[in-house]
Amino acid sequence: MSTVVTPEVLWWALIPVILLSAGGMLLLTVASIVRRLPDALPQAWTVITGLAVLVASVPMWNEVRDGGPRSYLGGMVAVDGSTVLVTAILAIAVVATALLARPYLAREDLPGVELYVLLMLSATGGVVMASADDLIVLFLGLEILSIAVYVLAALHLRRIESQEAALKYFVLGAFASAFLLYGMALLYGATGSTRLALIAEHLSTVVLLRDGMLLAGIALLLVGLAFKVAAVPFHAWTPDVYQGAPSPVVAWMAAGVKAAGFAAMVRVLVVTLGTHASDWSPAVSVLAGLSVVVGASVAVLQTDVRRMLAYSSIAHAGFLLLGVQAADARGTAAVYAYLVVYTLLATGSFAVLTVMGGPGDSAHSLDDYRGLVRRRPVLAGAFTVLLLGQAGVPFTGGFVAKLGVLAAAVEGRGYWVAGVAMLAAAIAAFVYLRILVAMYLEDAGDAGDAGDAEDAGVPLGARVVIGVACAGVLAIGIVPGPLMDLARDAVPVLVGS
Amino acid sequence: MVVTTSWYLALGAVLFSIGAVGLLTRRNPLVMFMCVELMLNAVNLTFVSLGAELGDLGGQLSVFFVLVVAAAEVVVGLGIIVAIMRRRQGATADDLSVLGG
Repeated sequence: MSTVVTPEVLWWALIPVILLSAGGMLLLTVASIVRRLPDALPQAWTVITGLAVLVASVPMWNEVRDGGPRSYLGGMVAVDGSTVLVTAILAIAVVATALLARPYLAREDLPGVELYVLLMLSATGGVVMASADDLIVLFLGLEILSIAVYVLAALHLRRIESQEAALKYFVLGAFASAFLLYGMALLYGATGSTRLALIAEHLSTVVLLRDGMLLAGIALLLVGLAFKVAAVPFHAWTPDVYQGAPSPVVAWMAAGVKAAGFAAMVRVLVVTLGTHASDWSPAVSVLAGLSVVVGASVAVLQTDVRRMLAYSSIAHAGFLLLGVQAADARGTAAVYAYLVVYTLLATGSFAVLTVMGGPGDSAHSLDDYRGLVRRRPVLAGAFTVLLLGQAGVPFTGGFVAKLGVLAAAVEGRGYWVAGVAMLAAAIAAFVYLRILVAMYLEDAGDAGDAGDAEDAGVPLGARVVIGVACAGVLAIGIVPGPLMDLARDAVPVLVGS
Repeated sequence: MVVTTSWYLALGAVLFSIGAVGLLTRRNPLVMFMCVELMLNAVNLTFVSLGAELGDLGGQLSVFFVLVVAAAEVVVGLGIIVAIMRRRQGATADDLSVLGG
């Protein structure tokens, strides 16, 4: 009798994946069996699942801190501080998106279950990416995440813009995935393994005489990842997709997908290929410099607020890359801190956009925000806080986050790129100022003065999201210590088994 | 003449480039899908030949996962195309230009 050797499974580390995937599939099953599901159930279900993941990440965090990072399932998957932190970020984004989705679906008269199911499945992919210890697992996580988001982008069946956005996102996403995969194949050929820990070990012990395949692999990986996080010059899809996709879905794209993308980037580039940082770090610096400059300056030219925020998200990606190109623990910690702040800023800002939008996702031009402060004073005030946070004004979380990546870049001798980023931050501030001026100083004309108590019409879910985002951004801005400690402890490590 | 691994790698690179160029130049969404498939299968060929060269099963194993992912991608992509074609007969990528600023 021979026994079958099964790999070791750390069930507690799999809890987020199990909760999210089982939650999504169970909801889909129930919704297809029960004919008339109560309207509130899918949303409540998703919010509870997201909160459960968030709660579960606390004991996981303590377990990792006390017992150290671990690798399991035959070295395919690992759990470390960064895994848990990114899982928590994704859980927050899921809860926020679900809270925004219901009033949006009701306004647009769309069927209500698919969005929640796809959202949870997409988050599952994100968690898999954040815990991947193998290139193929990373690829699978990325595809689970992306394929669900392609469908989410197309969810508005009656808007051709939504489907156009989905097709663009799909084609360019598949293109990027192919590049990423080709990079993985070449990396496998150069090092003889797809396991991240073995690749790192191979690269640190063996001197490659002919490293052409390795360099080509790194370059292709970089292109694929840059597409996914929307870095210039691989950003062309972002504004169109942000403009066309349903607003709550955009909140998820901006917060969740970006967080998972950067988690993957840090795992592959900084941790696994850290010994070859001199090869990829200059390229990442160029991407960072281009992203901050193009993102900030093209945002100035936009008249649609969603496109403005899309370009500003490209600029944010540039700042995040600034932390990546430093290629050290400090830069990584800065990236994670930035991701936490950016998640709050992005979900909050797109929550405001969701509330402001009219039927058919209309009314997103800058003109529609004129004189907002007189029509919806509370909403305008909250949007002000979020925009100041995005601009990186002191005493907001945005300042702490930007300072972190800039300090890491300067520390890593990336002087020119840090200088460029500071210049671009000033340009970006002008963009946010433009929206603020429209809200406060310009008159709405004749159309806007219809109802003066419109603040009362903001749905409860959106109020919670906007309120928590504003409070979080201000709290981090005034007391940045806890977030810094959290980000520093979250530095990823590879565990060979 | 001996066909070595590098021949297969070169073929993979050529196929991948054809796919990439095709995706960027063709305007029919279905042909664009075929180009994506070509790119993914070029990677598969690369994986298999590198796996054989290294004497490692990992390369062949990866191909299974890539095949499954490619199938899932096509399902979703065709769904999106059908949704668009229902509204606009004979649409090409150039007709989809509502967005943009």
